[in-house]
Amino acid sequence: MPVVHYDSEAVEGEALPPTRRRFTRRGAWISFLLIPPIAVMALFVVYPILSALAYAFYDWTGLRREGFVGLENFRRVLFEPPYAAITWNAFQHNVIVFFVLMVVQNGVGFLLAWCLWRELPGARFHRVAVFLPVVLSTVIIGYMWKLFFHPIFGVVNQLLELVGLGALAQPWLGQSDTALGALILVNAWAWVGFPTLVFLAGLQRIPTEVLEAARMETDSEWTITRRIVWPLVAPSTTVVFILLFIGSFNWFELPYIMVGLDGSPFGSTDVLGLVFYRTAFGNVSAGVQDFGLGSALAVLMFLFIAVFATGWTLYLRKRELDV
Amino acid sequence: MTRTATASILALLTAAPAFAQDLSFWSWRQEDRAVYEQLIEEFEAANEGITVTFEPYEATNYNTILSTALAGETGPDVMMVRAYGSFEVVAAAGYLMPLSEEDIPALADFPEAALQAETLREDDTLYAVPFASQTMLVIYNQDIYDQLGLSVPTTWDELMSNAQAIEEAGMFGFANGTATAWQNETIVSALGASTMGQDFFAEVVAGDTDFTDERFVAGLEAVQQAAEYFPDGYQGLDYASAQQLFTSGLAGMFAGGSFELANFAAQNPDLNLGVFAAPGQSAEDPALVGLFYDGGYAGNAATEHPEAVKTFLNFLASQEFGQTFANELGNVSPIPGVTFENDLLQSVATLNETSVPYVMLTNFRFEEPSGSVLLQTEVQRMLAGESDPQTAAQTINDGIASYYEPFQD
Repeated sequence: MPVVHYDSEAVEGEALPPTRRRFTRRGAWISFLLIPPIAVMALFVVYPILSALAYAFYDWTGLRREGFVGLENFRRVLFEPPYAAITWNAFQHNVIVFFVLMVVQNGVGFLLAWCLWRELPGARFHRVAVFLPVVLSTVIIGYMWKLFFHPIFGVVNQLLELVGLGALAQPWLGQSDTALGALILVNAWAWVGFPTLVFLAGLQRIPTEVLEAARMETDSEWTITRRIVWPLVAPSTTVVFILLFIGSFNWFELPYIMVGLDGSPFGSTDVLGLVFYRTAFGNVSAGVQDFGLGSALAVLMFLFIAVFATGWTLYLRKRELDV
Repeated sequence: MTRTATASILALLTAAPAFAQDLSFWSWRQEDRAVYEQLIEEFEAANEGITVTFEPYEATNYNTILSTALAGETGPDVMMVRAYGSFEVVAAAGYLMPLSEEDIPALADFPEAALQAETLREDDTLYAVPFASQTMLVIYNQDIYDQLGLSVPTTWDELMSNAQAIEEAGMFGFANGTATAWQNETIVSALGASTMGQDFFAEVVAGDTDFTDERFVAGLEAVQQAAEYFPDGYQGLDYASAQQLFTSGLAGMFAGGSFELANFAAQNPDLNLGVFAAPGQSAEDPALVGLFYDGGYAGNAATEHPEAVKTFLNFLASQEFGQTFANELGNVSPIPGVTFENDLLQSVATLNETSVPYVMLTNFRFEEPSGSVLLQTEVQRMLAGESDPQTAAQTINDGIASYYEPFQD
């Protein structure tokens, strides 16, 4: 049995072929680097997901697991009262959140990025200012805006009164027709810096010769933006769109902090994340907590997000290549 | 000689754990730690060989922490558990030690409603020693009442004219808001119970009437009327803001639970508080408060020291414990014979003599959709002007009737 020397000079020309030797050392090193993260991922990500999947197929009484019930929990959250109405009501709100944020958050994000890219006056200051709320914790943002929307002392109503629009002052978070809108607005305010930054990076990558060539053809900024700039930031849109999609359907922290677990007032801000939490972990006012139904809901959310996000990513990637 | 001595010391040391009975005692009352530890010292002094370690956890996640520990067989020997539906989640899983009057003789004198709160319906067995009741009533600012020459109302109209007078003096009649869902349930109980009347509650619990009953609707109408004296934009006013309005003296009354009293006094020690039961429509109607029990002390069915646990539970059910619990922690103990040093608590205990159950919690929070969620949602909708008492009552009833047989005809 040949002795393996790890000193490279000493081992040269010895029994083991160099590739295999290198493989052993590199292999050990790679395993050393990979095994801990894989173990952590398996323990804290894969295992919980799989066990949630398993929970969803059982009946639960309180915390006691009863018999295997197949797809019963899925059927109940999707089609049986009172769960079905709650699930679909929440899903509808998630859809609204997604589409409105798509326009408000990503739309404004692109506009801001474009303004920063064209170095309009104050661009340097605004580049930082726009991104600032993104680094604030959601808890801070939630509490801050809850105070802003306070019906009696809130700055939103006070500002309206100051500019003579006192008639518009209202309990923003307490009415079914303004509460969800108010939450979406806060989300857009807090997160608009993210799409802005990604779009800005995309814009800055566009080669100047392309733009110069375009400018020789047309004077219209609109045409250049639509025909040249927009297609060339396609990789940025992919990232921004997909992350917004995932974020909108996993929306939880902000509504939880600002309107509570119940999707107050009377379910008008209820979203799937809140429904899941209430169902699985219970709510002071709820009758029972049911891991089975909660897990079923979590699995459905995961599948929905995974399938759509994958499909859409593939489509958007293809679009990147097409242009 | 030295060897024998060492050996016997060693033997004593190894045998010691078998004699010492260490009990762990879990609670969600972090703020009560000092008082509990003092009580535990008294208990340990009287019961040699048993030591108790008080371990409080954060209140909102307590149930999750406790449930997880019990499921993983690392739960405490003695623990605080909630009441009614939340209690059943833990009890139904078989984690708790069944209790009888033989084990804890003091239980014989506890109020029936208190024991009911900690009894699992499926096996009709008691699993915890009830520790406190909460009362839904009207808390008022005595200084504002004195300043405006108002007196405790004896009819509904007097209550409304008091609220009116407070508003005219530039304050809010009531500090309440409806943005926090569960507040709607306390508001209905605190303001509407007397209008609904004792008979209604007895009948609805017995299944002889349901929530479409005109007495229940009349109660909701009264609440709707009172909401006119809530702050502007009360639909967007959350629980914390409502509390602040009251403690800062900007409102004359607060419809809520007796659990506010200690907190209000702590927030603003200068506040002169008083309590009354919101009156019924006429002075002849008994003024009623809504009552529920908060939780209880339970033993772990799998404990290694069942006898020590029972000894400790007997202590927790004793008048001596109840007295400290009332005086030091400001709770209304259900233990018979406990008296209250604090005048407000004494008033609450007196009001409790004419009470009705906080009914959605005591009787309709066991299945989905729970009566509480329905009541909270529909009253929130009604008070936002998007529904009326009749419709609210109908929707609440339909929801409960979906699983509750007595309502299904």
